[in-house]
Amino acid sequence: MLVAIALFVVVMGLVLLLVERAKRLPSWAVAAAFLLPTVAMILFGLVWPAIDTIRASFYDRNGQNFVGADNYVQAFTQNEFQIVLRNTAVWVVVVPIVATFIGLVYAVLVDRTRFEKFAKTLVFLPMAISMVGASIIWRFVYEYRPVLENVPAEFQPAQIGLMNQLLVWLGLEPQQFLLSPPLNSFFLIVVMIWIQAGFAMTVLSAAIKAIPDDIVEAARLDGLGGLRMFRFITVPSIRPALVVVVTTIAMGTLKVFDIVRTMTGGNFETSVVANEFYRQSFVQRNTGMGAALAVILFVLVIPIVAYNVRQLRRAEEIR
Amino acid sequence: MNRITRRRGTALVASVAGLGLLITACSGGDTPGDDDTAAGGDTDCAAFEQYGDLSGTTVSVYTSIVAPEDQPHIDSYVPFEECTGATVAYEGSKEFEAQLLVRLEAGNPPDIAYIPQPGLLQTIVGDFPDAVAPASEGTVANVDEYYAESWKGYGTVDGTFYAAPLGANVKSFVWYSPAVFEENGYEVPTTWDELIELSDQIVADHAAEGKKPWCAGIGSGDATGWPATDWLEDLVLRTAGGDVYDQWVNHEIPFNDPQIAEALGEVGSILKNDEYVNGGLGDVSSIASTTFQDGGLPILTNGLCFMHRQASFYAANWPEGTDVSSDGDVFAFYLPGPDAETRPLLGGGEFVAAFDDRPEVAAFQAYLTSPEWSNAKAIATPSGGWVSANSGLDPANLTSEIDQLSAELLADTEQEFRFDASDLMPAAVGAGAFWTEMTAWIANDKSDDAVLDSIEAAWP
Repeated sequence: MLVAIALFVVVMGLVLLLVERAKRLPSWAVAAAFLLPTVAMILFGLVWPAIDTIRASFYDRNGQNFVGADNYVQAFTQNEFQIVLRNTAVWVVVVPIVATFIGLVYAVLVDRTRFEKFAKTLVFLPMAISMVGASIIWRFVYEYRPVLENVPAEFQPAQIGLMNQLLVWLGLEPQQFLLSPPLNSFFLIVVMIWIQAGFAMTVLSAAIKAIPDDIVEAARLDGLGGLRMFRFITVPSIRPALVVVVTTIAMGTLKVFDIVRTMTGGNFETSVVANEFYRQSFVQRNTGMGAALAVILFVLVIPIVAYNVRQLRRAEEIR
Repeated sequence: MNRITRRRGTALVASVAGLGLLITACSGGDTPGDDDTAAGGDTDCAAFEQYGDLSGTTVSVYTSIVAPEDQPHIDSYVPFEECTGATVAYEGSKEFEAQLLVRLEAGNPPDIAYIPQPGLLQTIVGDFPDAVAPASEGTVANVDEYYAESWKGYGTVDGTFYAAPLGANVKSFVWYSPAVFEENGYEVPTTWDELIELSDQIVADHAAEGKKPWCAGIGSGDATGWPATDWLEDLVLRTAGGDVYDQWVNHEIPFNDPQIAEALGEVGSILKNDEYVNGGLGDVSSIASTTFQDGGLPILTNGLCFMHRQASFYAANWPEGTDVSSDGDVFAFYLPGPDAETRPLLGGGEFVAAFDDRPEVAAFQAYLTSPEWSNAKAIATPSGGWVSANSGLDPANLTSEIDQLSAELLADTEQEFRFDASDLMPAAVGAGAFWTEMTAWIANDKSDDAVLDSIEAAWP
């Protein structure tokens, strides 16, 4: 760590010194002097590890023997990995759509009401909680205590989970929410939505406020209101913001790891790619498989990033 | 913030208290029994002369043993530190297994690591052959003198002896309440059939009150499922015997061999039997969502279950003030074998590997295999929960009855002792498929065959 900091100081000092000394340098040289350290760091810190990971994904568990595409074949054919990929697909479809939808509706509903600030704070708060913290909170919400047959009331365990207490009050049986697939994955997804809806709401609310008043006014004069206003004016006007929100949440969702690891540890068919990658690489010490999963994750993110960049560029052009 | 401050406060109090203990120990001599090799200024240093003067040196120790079990370890190093002048720097981590490999990969290994799985030792020797040092001369001499041959074998990879045994535990135990058994006129079973008879008897006597004979929990965070693997291992030893067990561990027979399937069926006749489980905790699937620490508590808290199969170290999980003894609140009996004469024993333990051969590291590794250390550790653990397979350990130093029973069972050479199979198998099975599939077996009612086939498929 100290070495890295010292290195940074030395390099930057050198660059500044050179720039100071030679005022007559052509501008490309100055630019290069500033760019080179950055490029070097990206190469060593990002590009090289990426290439090394791709290389490792074609090797066996210790990275000693070349096995070709075996790891990938295994990832796509073996039952346990298929479950992992299926779960990741469900996560990445459900979370961005639902979180953005909730954020959008909420932003529209509270827009310019008396309680706007308070209502927004309420939804935004979960954003401030770490994923692990949120998972622990929700694990308590889902906590299960059975209703035991033939056991006197004083020995019946008391429900400590909010959800199961609600069920009991409604006269229903308490459930083990995190145990039975495939529903348990959705109960984990709820946690991610709970965290991300606040982010969607904040960005979209700002975008809604940026819609020029005259457009809204003109639409209203034309007789638009309620749902139709939302459908034909609000949504098209904030389209770039919507795209950014959906893609950002999708990228975050692909990387989700903390929630699964904290709440179920990937058991009960709830594992996702990022969690399985960690398990394979560091717990089971199968570096080849871990690398293959990391590459799959990387490949999955690329189209989303590309789409995001294209949309941003198009938005710039319009402006 | 408040919580952090408070925790710091506790740590401060704890360290002050520890310091106090140390000072009291140093000024010792007032109390009877203080004249043995316990920590203290008056330690007899004769046994330590072989290590020479190690003043100014430091040995770093990295383990998975964290608070509160770490303090007895730290205390047990005091005689070594006082007599040789070396300092031992102790570091425990719950993420030990993964982090040790990360540190090895980064070229930053500790001097000494306590490895709880022989399988992990094999992985380390295979992947980082230059990092791990063969056991020091003093260590080899001690292990040859004080340990059974099999214990040396677990620390040996490809003919080279690397890691010496440290602590040991007995896994073939069933926890029960002697008081409740007496009240109901139940006898401790001595054969497997008697155990099943007793379970049926409990169902007949107490099902109407909602009580069940067994309770269990296999939750353990990242490692969820391991208590269920112990069940299967114990039953393989009982239905198929030690030879099949060895073949199974070494993959000379497939994981889904019919003999293993038979043992799994036997485990299922208890763990997946709605009439037998899960006393006080719910239906069969609740075993998967209950942590192993909480699994046996109904025996004490509300009497909704009678028996809990778990290792000797479960002693630490009973609430403070519980009388753990053969006529107290809770105690454990040996999980019976097929008949009273055949008494196979399942156990586990930690192994001390060195990643450097500096003199102080070699000396410390040797010290950990000496009777001096075993006895110092036993004395430093007054509340119990620790034994060793070191024959130089004086049973009188073990204060708790359960530890004495464990030591007695471990010392009995008549019976077949076998090391925890999942700890011996490659990590992909032992720390992977075996755990997760046993969890699915209970939580999602996955079939016996599907479970065994999946584990077999995961074998590297």
